[in-house]
Parts: sequence; C-alpha cells; structure tokens
Amino acid sequence: MAYAVEMSNICKSFNKGKVQALDGVNFTLGRAKIHGILGENGAGKTTLMNVLFGLYRADSGTICVNGKPVEIHRPKDARALGIGMVHQHFMLVRTMTVAENVVLGLPSSKAPFLDIKSATSKLLELSNVFGLKIDPGAKVWQLSVGEQQRAEIVSVLYRGVDILILDEPTAVLTPAETRDFFKMLGKMKAEGKSVVLITHKLEEIFDIADEATVLRNGKLACSTEVSNTSKQELTRMMVGKDVLFNLKKSSYEKNALDSNERLKVKNLSALNNKGLSALDNLNFSIEAGEILGVAGVDGNGQSELCEVLTGLRRIESGDISVNGTSCTGREPKAFIDLGVAHIPEDRHMTGMAMNMDVSRNLIIKDFDRKEYSFLGILKSGAIERNADRAIAEYEIKTSGAEARVRELSGGNQQKIILARELGKNPKVIIANQPTRGLDIGATEYVRQKLLEARDNGAAILLVSADLEEIMQLSDRIAVMYRGRMTGIVPGASTMEEIGLMMAGYDNTKPEACNA
Amino acid sequence: MFAGTIRMSVPILLPALGDIYTQRSGILNLGVEGVMLMGALAGFLGVAFTDNLFIGMVFSAFIGMISAGVMAFLSVTVKANQVIAGTAITILGAGLSSFLFRAIFGVQKLPPLVREFPVCKIPVLSDIPYIGTIFFEHNLFVYLAYILVPLTWLILERTTFGLNARAVGEHPHAADAKGINVSLTRYLCVLIGGAYAGLGGAFLSIGFMNTFLAQMVGGRGFIAIAVVVFSRWEPFRALAAALLFGVANALQVRLQAMGVPFPPQALQALPYIMTIVVLLSVSRRASFPSAYTIPFSREER
Ligand SMILES: Nc1ncnc2c1ncn2[C@@H]1O[C@H](COP(=O)(O)OP(=O)(O)OP(=O)(O)O)[C@@H](O)[C@H]1O
Ligand SMILES: [Mg+2]
Repeated sequence: MAYAVEMSNICKSFNKGKVQALDGVNFTLGRAKIHGILGENGAGKTTLMNVLFGLYRADSGTICVNGKPVEIHRPKDARALGIGMVHQHFMLVRTMTVAENVVLGLPSSKAPFLDIKSATSKLLELSNVFGLKIDPGAKVWQLSVGEQQRAEIVSVLYRGVDILILDEPTAVLTPAETRDFFKMLGKMKAEGKSVVLITHKLEEIFDIADEATVLRNGKLACSTEVSNTSKQELTRMMVGKDVLFNLKKSSYEKNALDSNERLKVKNLSALNNKGLSALDNLNFSIEAGEILGVAGVDGNGQSELCEVLTGLRRIESGDISVNGTSCTGREPKAFIDLGVAHIPEDRHMTGMAMNMDVSRNLIIKDFDRKEYSFLGILKSGAIERNADRAIAEYEIKTSGAEARVRELSGGNQQKIILARELGKNPKVIIANQPTRGLDIGATEYVRQKLLEARDNGAAILLVSADLEEIMQLSDRIAVMYRGRMTGIVPGASTMEEIGLMMAGYDNTKPEACNA
Repeated sequence: MFAGTIRMSVPILLPALGDIYTQRSGILNLGVEGVMLMGALAGFLGVAFTDNLFIGMVFSAFIGMISAGVMAFLSVTVKANQVIAGTAITILGAGLSSFLFRAIFGVQKLPPLVREFPVCKIPVLSDIPYIGTIFFEHNLFVYLAYILVPLTWLILERTTFGLNARAVGEHPHAADAKGINVSLTRYLCVLIGGAYAGLGGAFLSIGFMNTFLAQMVGGRGFIAIAVVVFSRWEPFRALAAALLFGVANALQVRLQAMGVPFPPQALQALPYIMTIVVLLSVSRRASFPSAYTIPFSREER
C-alpha cells in the first residue's frame, strides 16, 4: 500500500542560506496512521509541515501523496489534495467572528453571498460531536488562546480532510479536552484518515501515535514504530544525549511570625473583552518564596487575572497591592517598576515586538534604564552584551542577536521572553502558560528557573493548562471557575480533587488554607 | 442649496466608496487624486469624441482602473513602498491629464465645452413638493453614487468576495492558508477603487462642469482618503462625511453669491476645513486593517 505522504530529501534554508532549517529530511506517513513528530525547539518540525502544506517552497526534494508525485506551490494545492493544517501560531483573522473565519476561502452555497447561518449550525454540531466548546458568533480577538485553539481545530475539521497536520494542537488544551480530542483523532484514523501530530509531550506519542519521527537540527534523527521504542530512546534522539530529569523543590516553609505578602488582591472584579464579568470578587495573597498555581479550564478568568495583575486590564473594583504598595488603576509601567515580571500567554501580541531584533526585545522593558541608555541614546554595546549572555544562558537558537524575532521558532521566541522576565530578579512573577510550546529540555529548564526565582524570594502566580506542571511546582493550588477561585488547597492535593474543582465542585471551604 | 449638497457630495462619495475596498484589502492608494484627474479627462474625451454621455462614463471608469492598475502593480507585484507609489500616481495623473488635454485641444482662451448631462427626473417621486427637487432631480452620476452606498456595504459585509477582501487586509497569511489568492484579491480591490475614482473625476468634468480643467479635482481625492479612514471603512459613515463636504460646499457657493465680505479664497477653503475638523472630532481611535500598507510574501513570517 502506498504511503499517504512520502517526502524525500527535503532541504530548506532561510535568509539566503544563513539558516539551514531542513537538511535532506525524509518523512513518510502511513495511510490511516497517526504519526508523531518530535524535536527540540527550532529542529524544523513546523518548517517540514509548512513545506507539505505549501506555505514554504522546499529548495530541493520531492513529495508524493498517495503514491503520486505532486507539486505543492501554495496552500490551495495542498487543500486540493485533501491536506488540512492546524497551525502552531493560529491563522485566524482577529477582527472576524469564529464562523466567518471558518467559511473563509470556502465556496458558499448561496454564492456570491455568505451563508453564515448554516455554517453556524454546522459548527455547533461539530463542536458538540467533538466536545470542543466554541462560540461561532464571538470575534476572535475576544477569545483566550485556548478558545482560539479550539476554533482553529474546528475550522479545519469543518472542511473535512484526508490528511490532517496538527502543529502542537494540545499546547493550551486541558487534559480533559485533550482526551476528547484524541478520541476524535482515533475516530478519524478508523475512517482511514492520516494524522501528523507535532508535540513536545512524549506521553501523547505513546498514548495515540503509531509511528514517530524525530528531527534534530534540521536533520532526520530517527523514524520508527512507536511500539519499538521507549521514552528514553526518543529523548536521546531529540537531544543527542541522555537526559536526566530531576526537578528539585525545597519544601516551603511559611514564616509564621512576619507575614511577607508580596502580592495581595482584595475584592477584585474585572470584565473580559466581551464586557462580561471575568473576575468575580477575588481575594488571595502570595508570599515571598511561594508559588500559587492556578488550575482551571481555560477561559474561566485566568487570562484576565494575569492582565489585571500586570496593569494591562482595567479593574472594575477591588485593590491590588505589590509589596504593600497599592497599584490599583496604575499603568503597566508602575507594575514593572515595582518588580512585577510577566510571562504572557500570547507571545506575539503582548510578549514581544515581532519586527525588532532579539537584542532589543531582550531589553524592551529596560530601555530607559541607565545600563542601556544615556540621555535617550541606546548603548548598543551593552545591549549586545546582554543579548549574547541571554542567548548563551537560555540556549536560544537564532542566527544572531540581530535576527528579527519573527524568524525564530516558537519555542525560541518563548525563551527570549523568559530570559527578559526572569533575568532581573523580579519580586513578583505572573506566569501564564510559561512552558507552552517549549521542548522537554527547555520546559525542565524553565521550571527549574521558576523554582530558583521562588527560592530567591519571588512570589509567583503560575497559570497553566498542564495540571502536572501545577502539581509539580506549586506550594498552594487554586482552581478558577467562572471568575472565582473555587478554593485554595495545599500543593499536595490529588489530581482527582483538582479535576473535580475544575468542573465547579467546591469541596474545600474557600480560603481554608489561605495564608 | 439642498440639491447642491447632494450633488457636491458625489465627487467625494464615489472615490471614497471605491477606496474602502482598496484600504480594506490593506493597500493605501494615495494616488486617488491622480486617478480622479485621469478619469475626469477620460470622461471628457469620451463625450467630446462620441457625443455619447454613457460612453464617457464607461471610459472614465476604464481609465480609472488602468491608472489604479499601475498602483496595484507597484504595491502588490513589485512590493514598492505604498506612500511613494501613491504620491507618484498623483503627480503622474495631474501631469499626464493636463498634458494630454493640451496636446489634443491646444491652448484656448475659453475651455471647450461638451453637451450637458441631462437631469433625470424620477417620475412620481420628483413631484413630491420640495423633497422631490432635492432628491429626485439629478443626473445619472448622483443616483449611481447613492445606489453604490448600500451596494458597497452589501458586498463587503455579506459576500464571499467582501470577506476575502477584509481577510486579506487583516491577516494575509491566514487568508493565504485558507486558499485565498491574496495578490488577486488586492488587485481587484485596487481596480474597483480605480473605477469608482475615475467615475468621481468624470462627474466633475462631464456631470457638473461640461469641461475639463487641470485643477478641477482640487484635493478631493485626498479628502476621500481621509473620509475613508475617519469613517472607519464603512460606507454609510462615508456617506455622512461626504454629505458634510457637500453642505459646506453648497454653503460656500451661497455665501459667495450673497457677496459676504470675505476673500473668495477663504470661502473656498471652508468645505475642506469643515470636513477635516468635524471628521477629526467625530472619529475616535481608528483601528486600521492590521496588514495596512504591508506587502505580502508567503515565506516571511
Ligand atoms: N520564515 C522564516 N524565516 C526565517 N527563518 C525561519 C523561518 N521559518 C523558520 N525559520 C528557522 O528555521 C528553523 C526551524 O524552525 P521551525 O519553526 O521549523 O522549528 P520547530 O521545530 O517548529 O520549533 P518549535 O518547537 O519551537 O516550534 C529555526 O531556526 C527558525 O528560526
Ligand atoms: Mg514549530
């Protein structure tokens, strides 16, 4: 039987050959198979799939689909071959509704007019069948990243595809959503469809994939049946050496006598982008040297909470104080000056200036400090030295400090934000999905860094869709549900307990363990 | 005076409606002024040589499209800087139109005149006292411009083409990934803008003055661009802004006729000043299409 996709000897370079993203890569996808692609940040996973989808033209190499050689010059050609793709950085038009985004580029039954109504009902049906909650009438800019992820997935399913490419689709889905999503992939496979799944989560590969390909530095490291391999082997293939995971966390000891509240929130309420209540009378505090993990299904106010705590969103009522100083109604700059670091969920929109280079993005919050400027003139020497240090320390894969961040792979963009935010001993860290899109090595590294910051006395608010991450790092765990915290429990609680709270069951007395 | 308002809004309204397509697709065509001049000349030539008003109209739209086609080529295919390309089109249109006019008609004391555009009274409606003369006694251009307002809205908001145009201006990469031809869509939007602008110019030459003058567009192309931005790319708001310009213009003519003791130049500037002041105060923060003036290349991320 012919392969669904067979790519041979694919080479692709960027910036006139300065970056060799793919170097003679072979890739085969069996029919009715789920194929995982693994690799470190910048290994070339997205590039390889973009070549298959027609977004990039390979410098050399051939592609066969269902045994026939094909030329894919543009996404339209790929679609004609039944290939669909969920992109790592969503391809959604922010000013349009979810439904409009879904019908974009599709012929309409009422041509030349749009048929939003029937699209909406078909969408709701799809979202029911697959357990992916979406609101077809909402504008994309009003949605959280998790909701956008669901919209992106549903929009590809709406089109109906034979070969589905998924570029880190589960990065911001909750465990329950991921489970439903994988069930759906299993169904598609049973119907004879083939799926490519790019992921950094090894468990997902062993859960669902039949075959796996590992890329390293633009080259094929190995390609194998999943049943013939192990986690250790795949990890070794990705990194090129054995990796030991041993995250050390010192136990947290609350100083009973002097309370050391770094961040305190009182009766906090705020609205979301749709003008509806997002935060409903929140009360909590975080002490120096403590990590408060916030679990919950995405879209229950987590994003708004992080924005409020960094001055990016106006609050309706209540009070926020950092280190005892009230910051209510202050500008983001005031929060920065008080030592609040922010790792935002949407790195493109709020994390960095995409057209600026790496070195400038690293000092974008400190450009007016003495180290980096004098009388309004930037000190390029100091800026460059800072960049070189950060690139080395965080192992950022880039062609140089003067590369535009737009050109970096997703994981490496995230590292720039981390280097900037964690680099200057913050007092408070607001981390929203800090390891989203990072490879295992980098994830481990970031978690280590967060723990280090905590041990150095930072108060950390950690929002994550990854329950395991929350359990592993947090001293206390809060669950957000519909803008409220359904209880704050000690870090040693069980997964089940938290899972129940995420669905809205409050089995602890609120504030029971609050400091 | 009210009928004058309706009439004088047309040379703003037509190019503005067309420019809504252009700008929504992410292209800033600063050449509208030049395209209007070319359209004005084309309309005049069409009528002068065939004595057929309809041919004049069609010819002006056609030449408008060709002039805008140069802009489309420069901004979409060559990916040139749009501010520079548009400015060049304006200069080119101004120079070329008066050059051609003189080459064909020579230098004369009195400008050559063509046949007047007939006023079409709409039966029944134009008999309504008072209102009838204001709204239903105009020439074809005026009716056309007003019909295009809801039509433009309909096309942009309710058709697949309109959705494509908006997507291409907001997020060309997403549009491309969905299989939309970004370049083609942008070309079409610029060409539509050119046709409308050409007609707007022809209104001035054959629909209003029966002649061609080198300065006859008088900055209306630029006002139209401003109107589009300030009306936040919506046809009905653009209509309101164009009417405002029409009011000011009619008022200015009235004041001059009454012999108000003001230098006529100051009075002539009134509509422009009024339009800009009102537009600035009415328009809150305009949010431009995200890909405004940015050329698209698939492999750039
Ligand atoms: N459009 C582009 N312009 C310039 N360089 C690019 C472009 N696209 C990718 N690259 C470079 O190619 C390399 C591979 O990037 P790619 O996005 O494929 O990585 P990835 O394996 O998907 O990583 P991640 O896990 O971080 O998403 C990187 O070094 C990146 O900087
Ligand atoms: Mg990637």
